[in-house]
Amino acid sequence: MIADNPWLDALIRLLAAVALMTFSSLTLIYLERKFIGRIQMRLGPMRVGPYGTLQSIADAIKLVSKEDLRPHTADRWVFELAPYVVFIPSFLTFVSLPFTADWFVRNFELGLFYILAVSGVSVVGVVMAGWGSDNRYALLGGVRAAAQLISYEVPLILAMLGAVMIAESMDLIDIVNGQGRVPYIVWQPLGFLIFFIAALAELYRNPFDIPVAETEVVGGPFIEYSGIRWGMFFLAEYTTLLILSVLASLVFLGGWNWPLGNEAGIGLQLVWIVLKTSFMIMLFFWARATFPRLRIDQLMSFSWQVLLPLSFLQIVINGLVKVYNWPDIVLLLSSGGATALALYFIYASVQRMQEPYPQRFTTVMTRKEPVG
Amino acid sequence: MPFETDHELETIDLNINVGPQHPATHGVFRMILQIDGEVVRDVDPVIGYMHRGDEKLSENCDYRQAIGYQDRTDYLAQFNNELVYCLAVEKLGGYQVPERAEYIRVILSEMNRIASHFMFMGAFGTDIGVFATPFMYTFRERERIQDFFEEVTGERMMYNYFRPGGIGWDVPTNFEERIRGLLVHVREGIADIDNLLTDNEVFVARTRGIGAISPQDAIDWGLSGPMLRATGVPFDLRKAEPYSIYDRFEFDVPVGENGDVYDRYTVRLEELRQSARVVEQALDQMPKDGPIIASGIPRIIRLPAGEVYQRCENPRGEYGIYLISKGSEKPYRLKIRSPCFSNLSALRAMAVGHYVADAVIILGSIDIVLCEVDR
Repeated sequence: MIADNPWLDALIRLLAAVALMTFSSLTLIYLERKFIGRIQMRLGPMRVGPYGTLQSIADAIKLVSKEDLRPHTADRWVFELAPYVVFIPSFLTFVSLPFTADWFVRNFELGLFYILAVSGVSVVGVVMAGWGSDNRYALLGGVRAAAQLISYEVPLILAMLGAVMIAESMDLIDIVNGQGRVPYIVWQPLGFLIFFIAALAELYRNPFDIPVAETEVVGGPFIEYSGIRWGMFFLAEYTTLLILSVLASLVFLGGWNWPLGNEAGIGLQLVWIVLKTSFMIMLFFWARATFPRLRIDQLMSFSWQVLLPLSFLQIVINGLVKVYNWPDIVLLLSSGGATALALYFIYASVQRMQEPYPQRFTTVMTRKEPVG
Repeated sequence: MPFETDHELETIDLNINVGPQHPATHGVFRMILQIDGEVVRDVDPVIGYMHRGDEKLSENCDYRQAIGYQDRTDYLAQFNNELVYCLAVEKLGGYQVPERAEYIRVILSEMNRIASHFMFMGAFGTDIGVFATPFMYTFRERERIQDFFEEVTGERMMYNYFRPGGIGWDVPTNFEERIRGLLVHVREGIADIDNLLTDNEVFVARTRGIGAISPQDAIDWGLSGPMLRATGVPFDLRKAEPYSIYDRFEFDVPVGENGDVYDRYTVRLEELRQSARVVEQALDQMPKDGPIIASGIPRIIRLPAGEVYQRCENPRGEYGIYLISKGSEKPYRLKIRSPCFSNLSALRAMAVGHYVADAVIILGSIDIVLCEVDR
């Protein structure tokens, strides 16, 4: 309890969550531009404020002051409500996310379940945006988004389920407390890999940015949005990025608990959670800067044919270990082995495609005798 | 009560209009895609947005003034275009180009090919969905080459440097060191882009077997340049009918096997290396001193009446100029055979049946320059 009055208490907590959400989104946008700029050998934003630090604030002001356009033929309510349907779930998710042992808006016993359930709603908003815009690119993007987000939700949840089986709880604080000595990434490398890939797809970031592919559907469902509504989509995107990164650091990387334990002061706990979250976010940024985009059919078959069986495998392994009380090392070996195998399969499937091309370049000396 | 139909659910194809303003069209190009879900059923390319009448305009200029219009057709391979035009005029006028000018022209043309292929690599990386990283990598090197061209010609894009019978003015004194320095960077850039894309799993999965075209079809469509060589036809005008002084250099003609998007990419990647080889050899052989323009060329050139067709291997394929002179100081007719126009004509043959995302990269792999298609 921050304040005595429960209503006041709730209000303060929610306001804090909103402030954190906005602030972290703006920071993330700035950091992403800087980070990707560095990868691409440029400086990123440098003009607004020292080292461009005020760039995202300037952008936000620009977005808010822009005209909020609606296409004449758009389905009015669907079009105008879509940003809220995307934005509110990510805000609701934020509410139940613990950042340290006692820094959270509200912790639930079924916190993980709640987060996964609520964040799944946002796909409705994306489809609404795609449909309501009355634009064929938007429609194409919306349909792509529906297919992609739903198919990657499944491996994402199943990967989380593996960790839940080990922790024997869905309370995020319990899950973190279970990682005092060893974070779950050690016992669940396969689960972590699946989670990471599925999270990339959930965030529609490269190589899974198919619904919003700039060179194909030009922003997809968001093509007709401008001003504050577009800004809400943007805010929701970066909030989801933050949520998934925090979730990964809580469930797989030991949260605030590992390696110093729960007794560490609030400062140290914060340092650890920020470090781990930043690491995850950096991975997402890095993937965005280097990977080409997959095609929609490759994306779907990858989810259903590779990720889904692998996540079931992880669950079966966990179940066997739990039922027969095998030592934890079995988990490490089997899950690690499966991870290596999965990576090898992905690698080999591409290598096989390269095989029928033994000699790519041949020197041909044809002088004065054109061929063909 | 169950709802029964005696037929399957009917769907209709959707037309989407890619362009004229679209990030994937590399200029003002429009393709009307007829799609069934994600599968392309038909492609209808619409060209002509960039038509400025370069051919007709050239007919109203004298032979020197028309050089500038060659820069404006394929604005990524200006030196190559100028070379074709100058060779055509020289062929008709019977001018002998001095050695030094020949070498400088070849060096600049090959550097231009490198710059152009770098542009392709960057734009193609963006087409295929990398967030601008290959674009930045290749543009770093291309920018160096552009700066060098600016030093030589005083212009960043519209060089207007070659003349019938030679070149306009001599190159800077540090020409050789500058190019040797550039080649080091160019090789680094090639290695960068090679490491970033060539063996990338996603890249290979996306490009392999996409937009494949058979050698016979490629010849029938009139494809040329890397598009043709990717199908396995080893036809390079620099080897097949050497113009200028290309018979003095050793270089390989890379060919692909499948004629798919991946092969077009790898062929261009290898051509970058081969062009660097040619430039190095040309630098070694280049005479340090000498005239740069044929003596006795008047300011206003009057060509004898006649016709000539000159074709050269441009970065994008066979660029030809058909020139008719009636003996006056202006060309009577100047027709450009543009490689992109022919290459683009095969778009429907390549793209139908693939996914929408593939249509975009197939278009990207043609490496079109719309100014050249529409002229």
